[in-house]
Amino acid sequence: MIELDNVAYSYGGGELFSGLDLSLAPGSFHFLTGPSGTGKTTLLKLCYGELIATAGQVRLFGEDARALDRDAVALTRRRIGVVHQDCQFLDHLPVAENIALPLTVAGLPAMPDDLRDLLGWVGLTRQAAQRPPELSGGERQRAALARAVIMSPEVILADEPTGNVDPEMSQRLLALLVELNKMGKTVLIATHDMSLIRAAKPHVSARVLRLADRKLHLAGADL
Amino acid sequence: MQRLRRLFDLLAGDPQAERAVPPTGFTARLTVLTAGAMAFLAVFAMALSLATGRLADRWAAELAQTSTLRISAPQGQLDAQTEAALRVLQTTPGVAEARALSADEQRALLAPWFGPDLPIESLPVPQLIEIIEDADGYDPAGLRARLQAEVPGAVLDDHTRWREPLIEAAGRLRLLGLVSMGLIAVATAAMITLAANAALAANAQVIRVMRLVGAKDIYIARAFVRRFTLRALIGAALGTLAGTLAVMLLPRTDAAGGFLTGLGFQGLHWLWPLVIPILAALVAFVATRQAALKTLREQS
Ligand SMILES: Nc1ncnc2c1ncn2[C@@H]1O[C@H](COP(=O)(O)OP(=O)(O)O)[C@@H](O)[C@H]1O
Ligand SMILES: [Mg+2]
Repeated sequence: MIELDNVAYSYGGGELFSGLDLSLAPGSFHFLTGPSGTGKTTLLKLCYGELIATAGQVRLFGEDARALDRDAVALTRRRIGVVHQDCQFLDHLPVAENIALPLTVAGLPAMPDDLRDLLGWVGLTRQAAQRPPELSGGERQRAALARAVIMSPEVILADEPTGNVDPEMSQRLLALLVELNKMGKTVLIATHDMSLIRAAKPHVSARVLRLADRKLHLAGADL
Repeated sequence: MQRLRRLFDLLAGDPQAERAVPPTGFTARLTVLTAGAMAFLAVFAMALSLATGRLADRWAAELAQTSTLRISAPQGQLDAQTEAALRVLQTTPGVAEARALSADEQRALLAPWFGPDLPIESLPVPQLIEIIEDADGYDPAGLRARLQAEVPGAVLDDHTRWREPLIEAAGRLRLLGLVSMGLIAVATAAMITLAANAALAANAQVIRVMRLVGAKDIYIARAFVRRFTLRALIGAALGTLAGTLAVMLLPRTDAAGGFLTGLGFQGLHWLWPLVIPILAALVAFVATRQAALKTLREQS
């Protein structure tokens, strides 16, 4: 699905990481951990074509990310559901329309039944008509997850999906992501919250990667 | 075909895309106002062009066909010289008709200055001969040479001397009208580009989110292009209407008899202003499309 070969990313301030190899096989479940500022978000951005690696090769569904034109990047993003660290909603649109936005921009109809089921699945039926700024942190994260999966993508990338969310809500979000993986989706969760990883242990067989000292390490044994 | 499809895609309505980009009040008003004001001005530039064009054509046609021969001679010789001049003219190639003006006609010509009842017969007034050319025209230099030999008192006035600069001025005015329309189009494009860029900048975050969820550039551009095209169309339609009414209501100063009565549209030319809103919409379409696709390419 997504493969990184000897990838490096540098910017004006220096090199964030280098010599990074990663392969997200279909149906796999990965956690990406590491201290804040080590480049977890940057690594995810490489995986959906928002940033381009400064060295090495990123392959998205077999295509070199560097060779994709702007339209091809758009089409690739329809196959990758992303829960952004800062959610990225359109604040002037109701929650339901925000969740349906990937369908809208792809020119596909949003089936009312499907949308209702999805809202029910993430527990946002009552909030459908509210604007994103009116939602609580946990509600926003669940709305972001609903938007990430509405196109039925093959891969789901979640960047700190449980940031500023209480532990109980973290468990609920994790359960949703595990459920998606059971449906065959490839899942990658970036988080610095080790308790989340421990909580996942009984429910899913996941690989834990740790980004530190500019390298990607396999964090001990797989869970 | 591909291009046509893309053009259609860009204009086709998509209420969902329209909703995704929130309306920005001030750029909307700016575009409608600009398009309206520019269309209003364009109506006058167009009227000026058409009127001066007509004027230049009419003057050119009139003066290409008529000229006058003036014969000044002592009282006793005037009739003889007039006869001689008419004989010369009858054998001049390119002259269709030559006719001595009657005393009444000459009196009418002088009436504006000397009043009626001027005893013209007793005054040493030159005799005028009106020459009407055929399509090919005659050679003024050749005619002058022949007249000099046979009719010493004859002076050929072929009008060009004083009217040619007027025709040139009219032609120049027509050109100025056309240049004005071009400048108005360029200014409109510039203003709409500015307004579109302001709207794009104000919506940078919206555009970012749409890109993140898989929107193609053309889809995002369409929301802006449609909006600005429609606003320019509406503004220009209102401006054109106002400008056309203003031209219609110009006072009819027939007494002045010349340029001022001519400013306006005649007959089917009244349809020309309809072109203005269409051109404005086209200008807005191209300007916004360029601005939007450029801005999108520059973003991640
Ligand atoms: N293009 C860039 N320009 C400036 N700073 C950058 C750029 N890309 C990454 N960074 C910096 O690199 C660091 C890593 O960021 P990030 O990927 O968000 O890490 P994490 O998600 O692990 O906290 C941050 O300090 C960020 O400011
Ligand atoms: Mg981060």
